Amino acid sequence: MPELVPMPKLGFDMAEGTLVRKVKQDGEAVKKGEVLAEIETDKATVEVEAPASGVVKGWVVDEGQAVPVGALMAIIGAPDEQVDVAALKASAGHAQDGTMAKAAAEEVPQGAAGAAASQAAPQSGAGPAQVEIRPQKQNGKPPAGAGPEIAPAAGGGAPASPIARKMASEAGVDIQQIPGTGPGGRITKKDVEQYLSRPQPAAPVATPAVPTVSSQDQEVPLTRLRQLIARRMTESKQTVPQFYVNTEVDMAAAMELRRQLNSFVPEERKLSVNDLIIKAAALALRDFPNLNASFGGDKVVHKGRVNIGNAVAIEGGLLTVVVKDADQKSLGQIAAEMKAMVGRVRAGKVQGGDIEGSTFSVSNLGMYDVDHFIAIINPPEAAILATGAVKQVPVIKDGAVVPGQRMLATVSADHRVTDGAEAARFLQAVKQYLEEPMRLLL
Amino acid sequence: MPVMTIREAVSQALWEEMERDPNVIILGEEVGMWGGTYAVTKGFYDHFGAERVRDTPIAEGVIVGAAVGAAMNGLKPVAEIMTINFAFLAMDQIVNHAAKIHSMFGGQFEVPVVIRTTSGGGKQLGATHSQTPDVIFAHFPGLKVVAPATPADAKGLLKSAIRGRDPVLFIEHSTMYQERGEVPADKDFLLPIGKSDVKRPGNDVTIVTYSKMVQITMRAVKQLEAEGIDCEVIDLRSLRPLDLGPVYASFKKTNRAVIVEEGWRSYGVGAEVAARIYEECFDYLDAPIQRVAQKEVPLPYSADLEKSAIPGPADVIAAVKAVV
Repeated sequence: MPELVPMPKLGFDMAEGTLVRKVKQDGEAVKKGEVLAEIETDKATVEVEAPASGVVKGWVVDEGQAVPVGALMAIIGAPDEQVDVAALKASAGHAQDGTMAKAAAEEVPQGAAGAAASQAAPQSGAGPAQVEIRPQKQNGKPPAGAGPEIAPAAGGGAPASPIARKMASEAGVDIQQIPGTGPGGRITKKDVEQYLSRPQPAAPVATPAVPTVSSQDQEVPLTRLRQLIARRMTESKQTVPQFYVNTEVDMAAAMELRRQLNSFVPEERKLSVNDLIIKAAALALRDFPNLNASFGGDKVVHKGRVNIGNAVAIEGGLLTVVVKDADQKSLGQIAAEMKAMVGRVRAGKVQGGDIEGSTFSVSNLGMYDVDHFIAIINPPEAAILATGAVKQVPVIKDGAVVPGQRMLATVSADHRVTDGAEAARFLQAVKQYLEEPMRLLL
Repeated sequence: MPVMTIREAVSQALWEEMERDPNVIILGEEVGMWGGTYAVTKGFYDHFGAERVRDTPIAEGVIVGAAVGAAMNGLKPVAEIMTINFAFLAMDQIVNHAAKIHSMFGGQFEVPVVIRTTSGGGKQLGATHSQTPDVIFAHFPGLKVVAPATPADAKGLLKSAIRGRDPVLFIEHSTMYQERGEVPADKDFLLPIGKSDVKRPGNDVTIVTYSKMVQITMRAVKQLEAEGIDCEVIDLRSLRPLDLGPVYASFKKTNRAVIVEEGWRSYGVGAEVAARIYEECFDYLDAPIQRVAQKEVPLPYSADLEKSAIPGPADVIAAVKAVV
């Protein structure tokens, strides 16, 4: 049985991906787990590992071609196995719903298709079977922008074997962060073992961009990430009636708590202000289901989990890394996950679980000395929290001017789901958690 | 340790038990003067006499019915049904009488009968004479169903069956009588019925099987070993009682299982064992459990078709590779 390699799904809203580079060529031997190809999703370039050992029998997709998630990309088989790639390509072309035509693969040895394959095979009979690959047309569908723009967040995520779930849970790792290499992308015991044993990538030092001085206008083609941001933000501003509520938060106690906590831990485990904001927002969301929700046409969907997306700036755009179940995680866990995810994002090694499943987002521009800004809601979420820098400001206390530390926070909310008063009460709750920060430790 | 065939091991077990206990008798078609369809009882008639080695008419209901009555009255009959296909003619005597009398009469009677028979295909005997319906009999509480894979197991389990107090269906494989192996010479060599046996330890995949498929599996495992896949092979030895303790222990180590049986897949040994693994070891699963079984057709007469319908080493290898 040949192993069919589909376009993997690496995010809940990923509808298609582009084959950037065939790392293994036709006829080349490949080991299970080796990098087979590089693909580009809307958000990042990702390496695809071979799901099985064998020989690359053929590529069904050309470099630069975009295909829907689940569509057949390549076939791996045993060295002496006869595989009718042409037939598989033909059936892949007809698979409009993006599923692979497995039946065709099983029926290959018989019938007309099988006869065609044996004619195409080299007469010598030795060595790997040669297959003819023709460029594939997209069935008239435009390659970019096809498929649903906003899909409901997938509930279960990638499939994982029970032993893999058990091992991940015992190790305190979110199973969805682990890339699956089993059949159909299943996360197996081996994947967990490999994940747990691999060294954490270090965040590379950002290199400052040097602007090119030129009097000519330059056209810069949009990257897929830029296209996605353009599409999503336009859609958000055009279809979501957003309103904004802001407040000032006294951060003195939070900064003092952070200073104390950080004096106990080594550099790599230190908490950021953002980690406190994530936790405060997550706890507040538990009491405000309308802010942790999606508008569903004739209904509002209150999300069961509180997964906080965090906008992370990268070259050419931004990605949202997601702390799952942030309401139930300790500050230490949140800090560790954020460090790992941001490291991966900046290293270009993002994993599917890092960037999907968020139910509410926070965006913090405090490190750029921003006082205050307003963020655009990231659909299908119902709200986003934007925070500026924690500033030393003069405040009046008991009739005297004393030094204080303040931060401005703005929540943008979907008026179809919630209203000004409720958003204000939510913001009050976030503010209270930050102003009485010992509650974040409970 | 002496090396002998399964035929010799079964014969030796019967001979020793008849020598030991005058209540042990044999009855069946051609078991006496002819010496048995598979020559297992050759010489018994001359040595033990017509009283204890009885030729019967071709009437399976009579063979088992008489044996059940004899067992209820104190004898230790070993009834022989030429092949398990003919056991259907004695179904009522086996599953309603032998299996149930002890419990239905409040324990007043014991039915210590052993019904020896042969199962399995591969000899071009056609659809009605080549079946492996072992599980049908294992379905009934009250009846023990034993099916050994080696000469030593055949001897030790048959002697335990004869000495035991319960009805036992003892299934020998019709194509394995020439299989050789070491067998303890001890006249009291007994193997307990209801204990699975790890025939080969391994770490990557647990293969659960019994009877002739142990042999087929061992061939497959040798090839897989060359490819670096280390299989643990567990021989069930009896389908009832079904001893899955060693299977669970193995599965918790390997997280993957393949079940190999000669009979059909539907409602088979694989279905039962897989279901129990799912029940007992769910958190240890790393891949869906695979079943290797006979193609779901009446077994063809044609040699090539028959061969392709019965599981062989290639089928086992494919199933193992599907889980690793």
